[in-house]
Parts: sequence; structure tokens; C-alpha cells
Amino acid sequence: MKKILLMGNPNVGKSVIFARLSGINVVSANYPGTTVEFARGYLKFGQERAEIIDVPGTYSLTPTSPAEEVACQILKQGNLVVNVVDATNLERNLNLTLQLLQQNIPMVVVLNFWDEVKHIGIAIDTTRLEEILGVPVIPTCALTGEGISALHKRLGEAEVKFYHYEEEERWHEVGKIIKAVQKISHRHHSFLERVGDASIQPVSGFFIACLVIFFTFLLVRIVGEGLANYFLVPFFEKFWRPVLVRISSFFQSVHFLHSILIGPLKEGKIDFYSWGVLTTGLFIPLAQVLPYVFAFYFILGILEDSGYLPRLGILVDKLMHYLGVHGLSIIPLLLGLGCNVPGALAARIMETKREKFIILTLMAIAVPCMSQIAMVTSLLGPYGVRGLGVWAGAIFLVWVLVGTLLNRLLKGESPEIFLEIPPYRCPYPGAFLKKLGMRIKWFVKDALPFVFLGVLLVNILYSIGLVDFLNQKVQATLRPLFGLPAEVGVALLIGFLRKDMAVGMLAPLNLTLKQLIIACVILTMYFPCAASFIVLIREMGIKQMMKALLLMGILTILVGAALNLIL
Amino acid sequence: MVFKKRRKMNLTELKTGEVRKIKKILGDGNFKKKLENLGLREGVEITKVSAQVFKGPITLQIGTSKIAIGFNTARQILVEEE
Repeated sequence: MKKILLMGNPNVGKSVIFARLSGINVVSANYPGTTVEFARGYLKFGQERAEIIDVPGTYSLTPTSPAEEVACQILKQGNLVVNVVDATNLERNLNLTLQLLQQNIPMVVVLNFWDEVKHIGIAIDTTRLEEILGVPVIPTCALTGEGISALHKRLGEAEVKFYHYEEEERWHEVGKIIKAVQKISHRHHSFLERVGDASIQPVSGFFIACLVIFFTFLLVRIVGEGLANYFLVPFFEKFWRPVLVRISSFFQSVHFLHSILIGPLKEGKIDFYSWGVLTTGLFIPLAQVLPYVFAFYFILGILEDSGYLPRLGILVDKLMHYLGVHGLSIIPLLLGLGCNVPGALAARIMETKREKFIILTLMAIAVPCMSQIAMVTSLLGPYGVRGLGVWAGAIFLVWVLVGTLLNRLLKGESPEIFLEIPPYRCPYPGAFLKKLGMRIKWFVKDALPFVFLGVLLVNILYSIGLVDFLNQKVQATLRPLFGLPAEVGVALLIGFLRKDMAVGMLAPLNLTLKQLIIACVILTMYFPCAASFIVLIREMGIKQMMKALLLMGILTILVGAALNLIL
Repeated sequence: MVFKKRRKMNLTELKTGEVRKIKKILGDGNFKKKLENLGLREGVEITKVSAQVFKGPITLQIGTSKIAIGFNTARQILVEEE
């Protein structure tokens, strides 16, 4: 089967074009390095089916980073290259185009962001460019889908064209082409550009960053709580409870099944915290966690697509260097707040192994995911700053501590930030909603199996009396070290599977505020959930993971014990 | 008479908003290549957009694109004097 490669500089819209051509949804965002893995799909090419591959962005064919190396490797397997070019940045993008033209492979050039070109006062003569390069040139606006069908039609016209130039003269050659095809007319700064400039100046940028972060947390809280209290919890009460009542009466005689599906009744009524698969197993993930996950990804999507995140990265760069990484690392860390799994994958944008290890260890120990944050909020939120505030403060301190420690302990230095800042763009509703939908679907699909497994495990452990045995075993450490009752032991066990369920298990234990805080801090730190654990091993290797786990274990005990003494 | 030897000026010494041509980039081939990929090469005109405090990153405008580089990288980029 023919292989079609989508290649181009980072952040030129390859993934959006890929989604348009293959019909497969992939995550795109307005910053360089969103695509870290090859996405593969299929499209009709003439009479046959061809494979289309979304290659991570590269600036040149002489790779300067591991990610670029991978991109260059795949070029050897391709039969056709679709070179995606940022039309608003033609000069720099043509550098790669000229290199690709020497690879002896049929090619078409796509001028993406065509709609923006006019706005910023650039005129490009595509006919002339086509003549000069000798391959088809197709203007597109991938987000709205403009030009995609033309691109699909003209794929067959792709040609091998050897464009001759001396290697040292490449920029000179690019300059000549630019002179022939592009005219720039003067124009005034747009509103977005002025905001853009203000957000990277030290003083105004700092205030804007504070506002953005404050409103992000505020909105996640308001939207999450609102959705839960006014929409999903009432939905469960009104529609799901009657269904459960029927199921309950149906299985009344089959005690074993009843306890697994519905759990024990509370004063003769269905209890959503009864640890039944159909009660707690659905209530926690869908009514309590999902609203926050939705709210978080909604706001993250806006931040991603607008292009603000790299700017925030520049502002915090200096501070992040104390933790041994540069500012762009806030992108994987922020994604990790949604779920550690995509966060860990995004850590591939870090250049060195050292940085990657720091980021992944930070994530595993001190970046709680939204599922967990939602549950902790429902437990500690009512106590306000004394509860939720202390938990968040403690986790933040651990985060700083881990970073500083690793930065001191690990050999080597962290490279400096080095990136192209994307222009501000207004998020395009279609792409924005699609991404949000994908992320919600992932959450439901990935979370529910583990949740069910967790509930099932709890039921089995209780029914065969293993819980008491376990509690006795952990009693010796939990009580003297952390001041926690033995029942927390089961929550710790379930925490290996799902953190949200584990935190939920604390609710009926009648813990004091101090005990709740300590239990939540320990649950956050001591182990990543099963799904993140698997991804972390894959991303950092067993040996590195063991080191991270060792640090994790020591810190959890120290911090838990310290909190027990201080609070 | 005080004789002041004029040192070469690098990007970190520019004020925000100043426009200069890049005169020379110090460093090995790989380093230069990396900069070149983002359009930073000798003879190119740049505008300094911002500089973060405490030797933080420096933002530049090159043509229609904006890039951010670290302080130490910026120190290796010499600009032409007025």
C-alpha cells in the first residue's frame, strides 16, 4: 500500500489536515509539538487505498532533536509527501520545502492558514510558486476545511522535481523565491497582536498570567460544581434511582449478585455510596468526576487553541529552571492535571532524558489528575482553605521539593527554552468541540473498566473477609505514622486502580479533618493509578521508574508523618 | 582621555522594541543550525519584543514569526551596532 506522509514545520496544522483527509480524529492545539506519535489513517487515492501518516513536525532534514530524527527516518518509507506549509511564514517554511524537493519523492505543497494570509497583509502568487517549485501548490484553511477537496483531487498530480541549488546557498535561494511570489503590505497591529505582546512583557504578562490561572481554577470549580449539582446528580436521583429500585427488588433473593450490583441498602433505600457496580461504580465517575473533567478540558481547550500556553511557558521559564526543566514543560504538567496519561505522552516534547525523568517523576508524585481533584474537592471543599487549601498547599510544596531535589541530584543541565511562539488564534468551534468530545470519550472509556474492577475488588475483599485481615496488617504503620485508622488501608489498595474511587472510600469513614487531609495527601502521592503506571513505565523505562517509585515511597512516608506532627 | 574599548553588542543588551541586524552567531555548527531552523541567521533583521526578568527568556520578532530563546543563547547572537 502506498504511504502518504504529511510533513512540515511544527504547528503548521498537519494534524488538522490529517483529520480532514483520513476522517480520523487526532488532538490538535495551537503550540509546537502537539503530535508526538505518528497517527495513521487511510484515504482513497485514485482507485486504491493509501495509508496516510501524520509525521511530527520538523524544521529541517538535518535533525537537531530526537523528535526530528524520527521524522527524517520515516521519510525513507514514504511514497508521497504532502508538505504542509504555514503560508503566513512562507520564508522559513520553504527552507524545509527545498530540502524535501531533493529527496526524490513525489510531492505536493499545501499553503495552510490561507485565510490568515490576507488578514496580515501578505499576498502570495500561488501560480508563480507552482511554476518555480514544479509541484502542485494548494492553498487551504484546514480548520474550516477549505481547499481540502482540491488537495485530495490534486494528490495524483504529485511530482518528483529536482530543484537544484547549492547547500550553502539554500537561504539565498529561499530569498529569491520569496521575492518572486510574495508581497507584504504594511498594516496596523491587530487587537489580538497587541494583547499577544502584552502577555509576554514581564510586568503586564505576570498580571495576565495571574488572571488566567485564577479564572481557570475558578471556572473549573464553578462549571464542574454546577454541572454536578444541577445536572448530573439530579439526573441520577430522578432517573437512575427508580431503575435501581427495580433491579434491587428483582435481585433481592440472589444476595451475592445484589451486593455486587447494588450494595447494601441504607435504611431500606438505595445508597449511591454502597460500593455496588451500578451505584457507586457509576455515580462517582459519571456524576462526581465527569463534570470536573468536562470543565477542565473545556477550559484547557480554549487555552490550547488560543496559543496562550507557550507564552505562559516563557513567563515561568526562569522559575521552572529551579526544578531542572524549562518553561515549556508546563504543557505536559498542565495536561497531567487532566489525566496523567496524556500528560506523560506530552512530556516527549522535552529534549533530554534528564528533563523527561524530572517531568514524569513530578507528574507521578505531585500532579493529581482531575478525577482525583474532583473527589478531594467534594471531601475537603466544604472546609475551604483549612481543608482543600492545606491539601493543595502540601501537594504544591512536594512538587517544588521533588523538582528541586531532582535538579540537585541528577547530573547534567537543563537546556534553555527555544521555541516558535504561535500567533493568537480564536479557537475554531468545530475543532474545539471535537477535541472536547474526544477527551470526554477517552475518560469514560478508560475510566469505567478500572472503576468497575475497583468496585468488584472491594466487594470480593469484603465478602471473603480479607479486608479485616488487610486492615490488621496495615494498622501497625497507618496509626503510629500517619494517625490514620486501619480502614484507610482498603482505600490505599483501591488507589492502585483508581484514585477517585480511593478518595471516595474515605467519605463514610468519619475521619477528622486532619485525618482527611493526611489521607488525601498520601493517596495523591504514593502511587500513580494503574493506567498512568503503565504509560509511565513505557515512557521512562523500568529502571528509571523504579528510581521514581523509591523517591515516591520515601517522600510519601516523610510527608505523611510530617503532616501528622504539624497539623 | 579615557579610552573605552567597544565590545561587540549581543541580543541581551538590546532594549525592547529595538530593531537590529544579526551580525554574527557564536557557537558550533549544530547550535547554529538549530537557530537557523527558526530563521535566526546572520544578516537577518530582528526586533526585540520582550525580555523576562532575572535573565529569563528573550522574545524576538523575525519577519512574521515570533520566537523565544534563552538568555545564554541570546548572548551568543551578536548584532550590528547603529
